[in-house]
Amino acid sequence: MYQIDDLTKTYRQGKREVRALKNVSLTIGDGELVAVQGPTGGGKSTLLQMLGGLDRPTSGTVKLDGKDLAAMSDTQLTAARAETIGFVFQNFNLIPTLTALENVETALVPSKIARQSRTARALAALDSVGLGDRGDHLPGELSGGQQQRVAIARALVKNPKVLLADEPTGNLDEETRDEIVDLIEGLWKEQGLTIVLVTHDSVVAARTPRRLRIAKGAMKELPA
Amino acid sequence: MFFTYLRRELRNRRKQTVVVAIGLAVAIALVIVVNAVSTGVKDAQSEVLASVYGVGTDITVDQPSEGPVAAGSSPGRFDFDEGEGEANEDGTRDLSDDRLSTAMGTAPFDASALETVAGLDHVSGVAASLDLENMSFSGEMPDLAAMEESGAGDVTLRMGQDGTGDGSAGGSSFEINRFTVTGVDPDAAAVGPLTTAEVADGRTLEADDKNVAVLDATYAEQQELAVGDTITVGGKDLEIVGTVSSTTGDGVATASDAYLPLATAQTLADLADQVTDVYVQVDSAENVDAVAAAIESELPDASVSTQSDLAEGVTGSLSTASDLVGTLGTWLSAIVLAAAFGLAILFTVSGVNRRTRELGTLKAIGWSRNRVVGQVAGESVVQGLIGGAAGLALGVLAVWAVNLAGITLSGASGGLTMGGASEMMRAGPAGTVQGGGTAPDGGGGGAFGERPDAFAGAAGDAVDIVLQAPVSLWIVLAAIGLAVLGGLLAGVVGGRRAAKLRPAEALRSLA
Repeated sequence: MYQIDDLTKTYRQGKREVRALKNVSLTIGDGELVAVQGPTGGGKSTLLQMLGGLDRPTSGTVKLDGKDLAAMSDTQLTAARAETIGFVFQNFNLIPTLTALENVETALVPSKIARQSRTARALAALDSVGLGDRGDHLPGELSGGQQQRVAIARALVKNPKVLLADEPTGNLDEETRDEIVDLIEGLWKEQGLTIVLVTHDSVVAARTPRRLRIAKGAMKELPA
Repeated sequence: MFFTYLRRELRNRRKQTVVVAIGLAVAIALVIVVNAVSTGVKDAQSEVLASVYGVGTDITVDQPSEGPVAAGSSPGRFDFDEGEGEANEDGTRDLSDDRLSTAMGTAPFDASALETVAGLDHVSGVAASLDLENMSFSGEMPDLAAMEESGAGDVTLRMGQDGTGDGSAGGSSFEINRFTVTGVDPDAAAVGPLTTAEVADGRTLEADDKNVAVLDATYAEQQELAVGDTITVGGKDLEIVGTVSSTTGDGVATASDAYLPLATAQTLADLADQVTDVYVQVDSAENVDAVAAAIESELPDASVSTQSDLAEGVTGSLSTASDLVGTLGTWLSAIVLAAAFGLAILFTVSGVNRRTRELGTLKAIGWSRNRVVGQVAGESVVQGLIGGAAGLALGVLAVWAVNLAGITLSGASGGLTMGGASEMMRAGPAGTVQGGGTAPDGGGGGAFGERPDAFAGAAGDAVDIVLQAPVSLWIVLAAIGLAVLGGLLAGVVGGRRAAKLRPAEALRSLA
């Protein structure tokens, strides 16, 4: 699914140059569930941005299904994000003024499908995360766990090939965390999705078959 | 989704939406009011002009007199030879004279100018008039011989506001009467001084009229004259066939006290084929300047004035109102408009800043930059529309209130002496004119009436006009356009900011 070669990303912070990723090479196969661990500021989120086409590498290539994201135009990247990549965020990032159902629908807006089938698909996605009866609730009326389920439904409604999750359980209590990890694990098993899960939580990472660790921009494989 | 999201967003930040909409509404309302009042003032100005120069007149042509008029032919001067008139037993003489001449400051010119102007391109109507003043003197003057014997002192003349004078000079008693006379072409219906007048009684002048007069209704009332009476003009009694009043308003005088057929006026004033004013109508407003220039080159001695030249000459509260609306109003609305636009931009930008993560998320899940920018701009434009609609309602309401208040503006055309004259008359003592006290040695006659400008007071005076501010479709469209522009401006600025947002912002762990 992913073929990453010699990936380097540097940021400028004032006069200082920060190397968030240093010569990272990595292959993630189709249908893999990978956890990325590491300390805060170590480069986890930067890697996820590269994988999701949210930012461009300073050097190196990030190939998704053989196509280099770094070489794509903005329009192509936007299309890739709209069709191939699903995102789940630590803070859920739901639109506060839209209902749960409408939030899920926002992911289908770029694909320009008819409103009725859009709504039907969004409802089905909400159903699959166990929130079929909460479609008309605003995010503020839902618990943290429920909000993250809505966010997962939003990521999955477009049937992406890849699910990228940035600390999806970071803002949740233990019980809810386990529910969400159960959900993600279930999706992986049922739908054969490729999932990259960034987490600093060892408990979460321990449940995945493959674990990576990034610290100070360098990556290493952890033993299974 | 676009409208659902937009509606929810605006409803969610209700306070901000209301503040921006109110700001825009006030600005739009101000623009509407200033424009309407400004148009109203302009209309009033043209009404003042119309009452003087007639409706539909685009250009007037006259010829200023060159240099001081020789004393002997001064229109306001009466010369009596020694021994003229009938001697009375009490040592005075009965004297009377009636004089018809062109008004001060104007000179008659050949009527052929009319044909010259009519022959020019883009001239759709033309009419000539002969503006005259009739001065009459009647009364008793001291007999020179009697004065020399008694050594009488100062002679004083007193003049009232109505323009008549009386006085005493060592036993003299006389009356000076002055009124304005305009000879008009009864055939020229479209242009000319009579076009703003309507018949109050009797009839107006007709094509084959001769030796008749139509009076201004206000003047006729003052002088207790009515249809069927006669009026003496230039020493000839003319039958009054009708009275006319101004269409501008009740009690407003027309341009002249008496109207005569042009030919009659020319004969009485001994000015055959002479006119003082030519009124020109131009086929389209954009040709006015060109026609004026053509007239100037054809008639080098003439003074050519267009409506806009004349508008500058309108004095009184009208001109104050015009200045006020023109400068203060325009600046005020520009400032408020700029402030409202600034407010809209500020709020939109701060809204985008606040929604960094939200908009970044939308980009991250596949929304294109244009879609995000469109969403932000759409919100601003709708905000602008709300403000525009509110402003339109507010503005129309305010204009309605202005119209209801019935603000009266008074104005006089600078070309007329009437306005200034009555001012001077009201000044009081200036109304007393020192006459030649002792008769000059050996000079048998008394010379009176070097008419000062103050000696006026014809029926025509400052014209009072109730301000009527119209709201045109054009200004309604412009107001809505301005509101949308304000919204668009804010949307573009906010949208640009949103466009620059990196989708990676969505991953930043902001609490």
